Amino acid sequence: MRACTMAGKKIAILSGKGGTGKTLIAVNLAAVAEKAAYIDCDVEEPNGRLFLRPTGVKEEQVTVKIPTVNNALCNGCRKCVEFCAFSALAYTNGKLLIFEEICHSCGGCSLLCPQAALSEKDKVIGHIEKGKSGSIDVSTGILNIGEASGIPIISRLLKDSLSGQDSLSFIDCPPGSACIVMESIKDADYCVLVAEPSIFGAHNLNMVYELVKLFNKPFGAVLNKCIEGGNPSEDFCTEKGIKILTKIPFDKELGLLNSNAEIAAKKDIKYNRIFTNLLYNILEEASYQATTNS
Amino acid sequence: MSQAKAYADCDVDAPNLHLISHQDAVPAKADYYGLPKASIDPQVCIECDECRQKCRFDAIAYKDIYKVDYFACEGCGVCKLVCPVEAITLLPSIAGELMLYKNEQVFSTAQLKMGSGTSGLLVSRVKKQLRDNSNADFAIIDGSPGIGCPVIASLSGVDTVLIVAEPTLSGISDMERIIKTAKGFGVKIAVCVNKYDTNLEHTKRIERYCLNNGLSYAGRIPFDKNAVLAINNNKTIVDIVCASGIAAKRVYNRVMELLLAG
Repeated sequence: MRACTMAGKKIAILSGKGGTGKTLIAVNLAAVAEKAAYIDCDVEEPNGRLFLRPTGVKEEQVTVKIPTVNNALCNGCRKCVEFCAFSALAYTNGKLLIFEEICHSCGGCSLLCPQAALSEKDKVIGHIEKGKSGSIDVSTGILNIGEASGIPIISRLLKDSLSGQDSLSFIDCPPGSACIVMESIKDADYCVLVAEPSIFGAHNLNMVYELVKLFNKPFGAVLNKCIEGGNPSEDFCTEKGIKILTKIPFDKELGLLNSNAEIAAKKDIKYNRIFTNLLYNILEEASYQATTNS
Repeated sequence: MSQAKAYADCDVDAPNLHLISHQDAVPAKADYYGLPKASIDPQVCIECDECRQKCRFDAIAYKDIYKVDYFACEGCGVCKLVCPVEAITLLPSIAGELMLYKNEQVFSTAQLKMGSGTSGLLVSRVKKQLRDNSNADFAIIDGSPGIGCPVIASLSGVDTVLIVAEPTLSGISDMERIIKTAKGFGVKIAVCVNKYDTNLEHTKRIERYCLNNGLSYAGRIPFDKNAVLAINNNKTIVDIVCASGIAAKRVYNRVMELLLAG
């Protein structure tokens, strides 16, 4: 295997919808790679840690800057209210109101306030957990309930986990194709798109396909939960010339292992083979695409 | 199945409902403008570096000239604020497309443009478009996944939420997080379990959880290969006779009882 040339490479696993099998694939790939880093960027619903059960977990809080007003200095000029592109400030009944949940922490209001009535304070929006599961480094970002954006957590998580990482890294992305996913794949060397065998699945595959194309990332697809009969996602791959890395059949036993947060590749040699082959295909593809693109 | 006069798909980064909504008509489309994007005029720029230093989104880089990363820019306007020579303008940017199908039923949906960030705002627009175009007293909204801004935007102003849980350890963890999020909105909450027979033990755990936490339980839906077949034939599970469809009807009836219970 050309794995040696792939040391330090970052593989992102993504899909248009939740429940397609991103975490299943990411944790099992990390398990068969043995020495690896698993990074859970699905900060709204982080699940990989349930499978990998890391020990020696250390927590770090993630904070963002939020404005705070000194009412004694505020003269109600409303310049900050007019400036705020996110409508996170309002001035009513002689008082400046700050809606912390919708603030994007741009810092503009405190920069601009002519009275210097606004300053910034740290606000905790979530935390990062880091631990070990055998030889796998497990990092998880967790967004606090009620917070709108996990992007600062993802950006910090990737910065921390990827710097100096010399083994393969698997980035478990949030579902969809919005800003939070863009942040997660920013540093990825290769993207694995996971799709279900329905027209919904094909449509959602198209979304992430367009995303990775837009960001010029090399990629391939994994068709999960395949059943007999037609597979619109497979048709989509054929039509677009997308490399199919593997097809995982719908399998009650695999589903059951997965529902109990067991790592299938560690429980049964037949699943170990599936994921080892998948890893091999990913590394082959990634190094091939890296050579042809450079 | 409710024959709802109004419905919306709020999963704006991967909308699917239009695929099986039986809406033959071509939808009315409207561009959705997100926040503007900054643009630096290199002719005016004096390369003072102020904008790059003050940008919290790392959206400005210097490589021969100062340039804005279109995808990273959130349109906050700080760069324009700090620029001493007015070299920066904020340009309108199309971030997606709103679609409205209007027949006997009104269906509002949207598609976020690839690489655009402001999905919460687009969700609010989808709901507003539905309200502005329908006077129905009952509407169904297909929410977005997770607990972040699009979900918060989906939840705001609704009467009842139906949480669809999966009987897996991951599914239970996700369910607990969305329940806590929904509780913050003070809405009525019902829970149903999808693919309940893939792990009965976890299904029972979810049912106990609902009981212990005073949440309404709306029922179980079995794993059903017919569901995939139905979808692939542009049908819903209640359009054909199948186990998951029958179960979904029961879930619907229980949710309606909860909603109308006042």
